[in-house]
Amino acid sequence: MSEILVLVDHADGTVRKPALELLTLARRLGTPSAVLLGAGDATAAIAAKLGGYGAEKVYWASDSEFGDYLVVPKVEALEQVARRTSPAAILVTSSAEGKEIAARLALRLGSGVITDAVDVEAGASGPVATQSAFAATFTVRSTVTHGTPVITVKPNATGPEPAPAAGTPEEIAVTFSDAARGTKVTSRAARQTSSRPDLTEAAIVVSGGRGVGSAESFGVIEALADSLGAAVGASRAAVDAGWYPHSNQVGQTGKTVSPQLYIANGISGAIQHRAGMQTSKTIVAVNKDSEAPIFDLVDFGVVGDLFEVVPRLTAEVRAHRG
Amino acid sequence: MSLRIIVTVKHVPDATGDRRFAEDTTSDRDSVDGLLSELDEYAVEQALQISEAHGDTEVTVLTIGPDDARDALRKALSMGADKAVHVSDDAIHGTDAIGTSLILAKAVEHTGFDLVISGMASTDGTMGVVPALLAERLGVPQLTLLADVTVEGAAVRGRRDSDAGSEHLEARLPAVVSVTDQSGEARYPSFKGIMAAKKKPVTQLDLGDLGIEPELVGLGGAWTAVDQVTPRPARVAGTIVLDEGEGGKQLAAFLSTQKFI
Repeated sequence: MSEILVLVDHADGTVRKPALELLTLARRLGTPSAVLLGAGDATAAIAAKLGGYGAEKVYWASDSEFGDYLVVPKVEALEQVARRTSPAAILVTSSAEGKEIAARLALRLGSGVITDAVDVEAGASGPVATQSAFAATFTVRSTVTHGTPVITVKPNATGPEPAPAAGTPEEIAVTFSDAARGTKVTSRAARQTSSRPDLTEAAIVVSGGRGVGSAESFGVIEALADSLGAAVGASRAAVDAGWYPHSNQVGQTGKTVSPQLYIANGISGAIQHRAGMQTSKTIVAVNKDSEAPIFDLVDFGVVGDLFEVVPRLTAEVRAHRG
Repeated sequence: MSLRIIVTVKHVPDATGDRRFAEDTTSDRDSVDGLLSELDEYAVEQALQISEAHGDTEVTVLTIGPDDARDALRKALSMGADKAVHVSDDAIHGTDAIGTSLILAKAVEHTGFDLVISGMASTDGTMGVVPALLAERLGVPQLTLLADVTVEGAAVRGRRDSDAGSEHLEARLPAVVSVTDQSGEARYPSFKGIMAAKKKPVTQLDLGDLGIEPELVGLGGAWTAVDQVTPRPARVAGTIVLDEGEGGKQLAAFLSTQKFI
């Protein structure tokens, strides 16, 4: 079976769920090998975990360049592994950084690149990627026609499925060019840690918009989210008003989410927002305005005051969950 | 020191219109009115702010696209950019991100630059990789997805907010920067700006001027192929209830039947 390289997304010494999803997808295409960069002391533990999800080999390097400089050191490490192993495809998580790494890597390898895939399958002439286009009003199936396919895949494209494999760590010696040291990361402030699940990875997302009315009132949204074990999202209107952080913005210029359940509260459903949540499996909404476009998308909608409906819902959820 | 800034902009189909694909699987530009990509307005704004802070700066807006892409240049010029470059060639139709970065790199080198500023992504293709590709092609540092950006002497600095946290970046000019919608509201063109824009120079270039072989771009030169485009089935109309005191309970009952609670 041909080798499929998977760039491992990790943070704070642990592997992030999308990396396990990529390994799961990679098994459809060939034999997954993980590439683990800059994990430091956590390398062995992460490698063992990757082995549990189908990685035969774990190529790793922990040079300080991965943390000290932007994007390019990872491109060079992946490029060097790819030139040595001639993989059948390279999969990268569709984060902002992941997409940039994938694009620069593809250019160096003379390969086509597909970003933001929501599914990847084996095809007659290489992997076939499925994407959503124009605010998820179209589904597009694409293939790479030149070079080694480089594909970035969105979180939640599939569920991570355990599959025991060797997970053999193999250290790689990376040679960095001057270009790799072009953009220095002079300081880094970790995001405030939240007890809530990550927005792009969460199975349930509860969002608030203009109708929430103030920063304090987002407590109502957070209470519902916590009762469901959900992540909290916000529309651009709520973020622009300063009621909730930009890191929680759902929409074209924020995060694109595709959870099992999306609950929109006080959100009208402008195209900007729909672009970020339209592929959610089940959508429900609470809005005062019965004409709000969000109601065109919903499986279930309540026309009413969110400050009446949402606390009642939260109480019902708590009662159900005991 | 004179500073040469090039802002790359894209003329895109209006996202509030009914966007679709043409028969050759490229973006259909005829069915919906086009405009300067909203996300590129932030790039123009940052270029103008740097120009105002730095003095002795020339801001050039650059676009690739058919004739109507001039509208995007005109808008950027009316916001305050000094001049424009329009790359247009029949062979460009259907060019992918890799090919786009080739044309941009050649046009940027042709024009001369110290700093390129782009938006975070186009509102139609939404890949967000062209700035990184452009930096790769030009062999200069990339400082992408910045929420703020400053130029001081030959140093460019900015803050990049990501999932993991906030990173402060620094590089030497020349460099490629992209800015997000968090970088600051874009200004509206003034009447004076709109009038002045009509007299600002727009340089027209084709692939020959840039020394690019037509086979390297367009649908034929793309390294990816769209095999199938399917409209997403409309969502089946859901149940809408009017809250008369029981809305929260009815919603809970629905979530229960769907096994979410």
